[in-house]
Amino acid sequence: MKDILQELEARRAKARAGGGEKRVAAQHKLGKLTARERIEVLLDEGSFEEFGMFVEHRSSDFGMAENRIAGDGVVTGWGTVNGRPVFVFAKDFTVFGGSLSEAHAEKIQKLQDMALKNGAPIIGLYDAGGARIQEGVAALGGYAEVFQRNVLASGVIPQISVIMGPCAGGDVYSPAMTDFIFMVRDTSYMFVTGPDVVKTVTNETVTPEQLGGASIHTTRSSIADGAYENDIEALTEMRRLIDFLPANNRGEAPEIPTSDPLDREEPSLDRLVPDSANKPYDIKELIEKVADEGDFFEIGAAFARNIVTGFGRVEGRTVGFVANQPMVLAGVLDSDASRKAARFVRFCDCFSIPIVTFVDVPGFLPGTAQEYGGLIKHGAKLLFAYAEATVPKVTVITRKAFGGAYDVMASKHLRGDINYAWPTAQIAVMGAKGAVEIIYRKEAGDPAKIAERTKEYEARFMSPFVAAERGYVDEVIMPHSTRRRIARALRLLRSKQLANPWKKHDNIPL
Amino acid sequence: MSAALDAGRGYGQKGEKGIVARPKNKRSNGSHQGDRRQMFRKILVANRGEIACRIMRTARRMGIATVAVYCDVDRDAPHVEMADEAVNIGPPPAATSYLDMEKIIAACRQTGADAVHPGYGFLSERAAFAEALAAAGIAFIGPHAGAIAAMGDKIESKKLAAKAGVTTVPGHLGTIESEAEAVRIAAGIGWPVMIKASAGGGGKGMRIARSDEELREGFRLARSEAKSSFGDDRVFIEKFIENPRHIEIQVLGDKHGHVIHLGERECSIQRRNQKIVEEAPSPAVDAKLRAKMGAEAVALAKAVGYDSAGTVEFVMGEDKGFYFLEMNTRLQVEHPVTEMVTGLDLVEQMIRVAAGEKLKLKQKDVPLKGWAIESRLYAEDPYREFLPSIGRLTRYRPPEEGTHNGSTVRVDGGVVEGSEISIYFDPLIAKITTHGPDRATAVKAMSEALDSTVVDGIAHNQPFLATLMEHPRWQEGRLSTSFIKDEFPEGFAGKIPDAATVQRLAAVALSVELARRSPGSARQPRRDWVVKLGAELVPLTLADPAEATSGSFDLATDAEEPVTVISDWEPGQPVWQGVIGGFPLSVQVRPVTAGLRLSWRGVDVVARVMTPRVAALDAKMPPKKVADTSKVLRCPMPGLVVSISVAPGQKVRAGEALAIVEAMKMENVLRAEKDGTVKELKAKQGDVLAVDAAILEFE
Repeated sequence: MKDILQELEARRAKARAGGGEKRVAAQHKLGKLTARERIEVLLDEGSFEEFGMFVEHRSSDFGMAENRIAGDGVVTGWGTVNGRPVFVFAKDFTVFGGSLSEAHAEKIQKLQDMALKNGAPIIGLYDAGGARIQEGVAALGGYAEVFQRNVLASGVIPQISVIMGPCAGGDVYSPAMTDFIFMVRDTSYMFVTGPDVVKTVTNETVTPEQLGGASIHTTRSSIADGAYENDIEALTEMRRLIDFLPANNRGEAPEIPTSDPLDREEPSLDRLVPDSANKPYDIKELIEKVADEGDFFEIGAAFARNIVTGFGRVEGRTVGFVANQPMVLAGVLDSDASRKAARFVRFCDCFSIPIVTFVDVPGFLPGTAQEYGGLIKHGAKLLFAYAEATVPKVTVITRKAFGGAYDVMASKHLRGDINYAWPTAQIAVMGAKGAVEIIYRKEAGDPAKIAERTKEYEARFMSPFVAAERGYVDEVIMPHSTRRRIARALRLLRSKQLANPWKKHDNIPL
Repeated sequence: MSAALDAGRGYGQKGEKGIVARPKNKRSNGSHQGDRRQMFRKILVANRGEIACRIMRTARRMGIATVAVYCDVDRDAPHVEMADEAVNIGPPPAATSYLDMEKIIAACRQTGADAVHPGYGFLSERAAFAEALAAAGIAFIGPHAGAIAAMGDKIESKKLAAKAGVTTVPGHLGTIESEAEAVRIAAGIGWPVMIKASAGGGGKGMRIARSDEELREGFRLARSEAKSSFGDDRVFIEKFIENPRHIEIQVLGDKHGHVIHLGERECSIQRRNQKIVEEAPSPAVDAKLRAKMGAEAVALAKAVGYDSAGTVEFVMGEDKGFYFLEMNTRLQVEHPVTEMVTGLDLVEQMIRVAAGEKLKLKQKDVPLKGWAIESRLYAEDPYREFLPSIGRLTRYRPPEEGTHNGSTVRVDGGVVEGSEISIYFDPLIAKITTHGPDRATAVKAMSEALDSTVVDGIAHNQPFLATLMEHPRWQEGRLSTSFIKDEFPEGFAGKIPDAATVQRLAAVALSVELARRSPGSARQPRRDWVVKLGAELVPLTLADPAEATSGSFDLATDAEEPVTVISDWEPGQPVWQGVIGGFPLSVQVRPVTAGLRLSWRGVDVVARVMTPRVAALDAKMPPKKVADTSKVLRCPMPGLVVSISVAPGQKVRAGEALAIVEAMKMENVLRAEKDGTVKELKAKQGDVLAVDAAILEFE
């Protein structure tokens, strides 16, 4: 008996050694942790239980029969993050470069099936060289099986991908179908075809970093939702993110008790909106002063910064914040901002996370670049996302809510549950000057008259009260009481019941 | 945006109590000579910020109505909210608002104010203003115009001082023709001496000499330098005061010829020749010296018939010799330290004497009790040569006022959380004054007050002030006006924590970590931890993990007794307050990515709490090269360049505003993403730029 127990220990030790000392040292030298080390950082201490540790590939071509390593390039299992179960798989770059074989893919599929069945989030840590070429089509089949499961799990359990090394070819599409992608700066990159192929096909010379590094994907392509300095930072922050997320679409978001009072007043918010309508202010200050303990986890911070999205808590419960950012491009809605916010709103709706929207939007961005780029359809995505969302929706208009952008930003007409406005709100078709120039075109030559008309228009429409008269705004609130108002509204809406008509799925303008 | 904030109303209520005292004031006033004027009914404060608030506070207490004046950017400022009435006096800057005498006199007429307090700065030392008010039949709460004029001229005031028997810097004001004459004059003054260009400025043509040889050489060099710099080779010689201290005497006079002094203040801690920390008394002045300096100051005041609060400034050498510098004919910024040691309200005294009352206090009855220190909390970046910083105070929590264990904390503020520090005015956030029975106690109280002074949104000098309070030479009171230059020759770069501080801050980080609540089932905390504090790894062991309750626990040590950490800190609070091994401390806590930033007594450090295993893995992470973000600042959208606030060669810090681009009729502030140096401007004000057009390039 004892021998057999020892045999297990010996086999485990061998499996845990991964690709061997030399490869592990090489991994460390690159500033990267190994797959199992990463899992240790991500999960609560001692909570990881590994599945499929002894799985090996079944390939015999190209001399692979003699080259087998237990685990086959991916470490899979489950553990807890601050006490809540999650499933995790981590590509092991020290074993066959983390490349995906049929057996490797099966390990991931098994984990995906378990995560879906048990309703717990799944986190993938990527650091791999793509498909295992030796296996050919078997590897491709494995990828697609993983993709299929990503799709089935989408909207049922949170799926998070962290790119911590190379991630290319078939490997990129599984993360692409998950809810969030995060990257590690300088050590990770992601692309469909690498620099060599790019060079051959298009004659472009690029480095992996230029083609698909964290800086590109967080700012230009919006593939990644955030980036961190190193593995430890990335995984520590993932623990923080997971604390905000519900385990699945049937459960509620976790509740974290807080001593932050519901009725905390913030007198400084009465001074947030500047006297001059053209002066910007930082909407994140409002988010941080409304959220419990000022704790805000921003999603997509570096991309389309004219809109802010992220998670916070109110009375201990997760809410999704969406806010126009006057500091960047005046908070205008453009294609990028619309796409970013739409995706975030849909995530919240999937997982029953109430949405709090702060509106200060001068309109949609004009110009050929935007129109050629499909602003109509991108803008429609955000409109669609807000309109279909059935989670509690609380909206606060802080300043401008102009034109079509007013409609889009969780307006009353899109089933906004509680719509507040600050006294500084201006809800109108457009700014006063533009409006007057159209309405009183005949008087355009008379600046004195135009100025007078502008004043009239401002007095009538540049306030929240016309909208309030019509019931588009439920209540005009003092800025300093915003947290209390939102908290009470969310409390009221906990029992909200609303369902969309039955459909196979909707047809959002992709 | 909201003229009637709750805070403002709250202050009003407090003020109403003061009105009860009004008849009493009148009576006491009336008991003086019949030709005396009645106490003022309404005072207009021709100033802004903390000093306007401070003057109104006293007026309120005396039952006098207050009028604020404000320029457009101060519409919602606390001094406006505090006043009974407020009058807009136009757009910034000061020249078109607070310095516009006509607008201020019109505001007096409009509101029926019968007196004006000018505060400090602005119109406080303009004789013309005092005269204009007098012509309009409005009282000026300050000295008569003649005194202002007499002391306003640097040469004239020195002559007047000399005539009044006040010690002035020994020297020869006439031009010197030859080396021999220079030597003769220097012998009369005593070494060392300074040779200065008559047309001088900026240190050009200045030479210090400690011997005949040095003098001869210095004289030649100074002359030729003066010639080449100013086209004028005239030089003069005066005594050079080594390691000078700045010491000033507060005087107080009435309209009946009485003048007393209220002791000295030392204001030697200066940067760019501006005071940042002041104290009363001075560690360099004893009773005898005080009496001597006081007598000279009073003599000067009497010589000009001084009839208000004023300050006679002296420079003091290492030999305690003191020499007249100038007289400020107004309330000084640093007057609170004198108020704290004398128990007097200088603004009240100014108001009373301006209304014609006699000074009640005799010189021999002036109380000087304990020690007071004032720190000026400025919106300026101590890490960048104290350059002013502007922006919104996203968080501002001044220390709590009041008396605890014999120490008193006073805060003179003119801003609130959410206020904007603008480019137009002095970047003073608040004056924090502490008082204790002795200097050490007052310094300690200041350290503690600074610990709980939280400012976010702009750069500010709290870290420097906190570092200064802990500085041994400051604590010993060995000061000079070159203190900052001597002690921080390379500039201020934050304080490096000592071993005990490292241990304590690590314990704070652990306390914060253990106070964090988790959504899952609560688990007992583990025993062993590692706190990475900056680059240092600090292992910590809980004596009994089962006993640890959120922020409080015992830390096992090599010694027998564990170190007890006690705190009731809750997540979200900006200041961790607690006791570690009997040592009380208040540490500022700010979240950063995957960790915390801790600030205490000038130490500013990022902490990350880890299990030993994670710490071991963290050690494998190579140090990061500075991330290479773009070296070019690009225009984020089509727009008009409103302004560019940097110049080639200028060093900028991450987050600093670089340019403003107007687009969508909105001004967008473009900020530096990282520290760097501006290499070249690629655009200029007024340019209309396309998306991604370069605005400037970094080195």
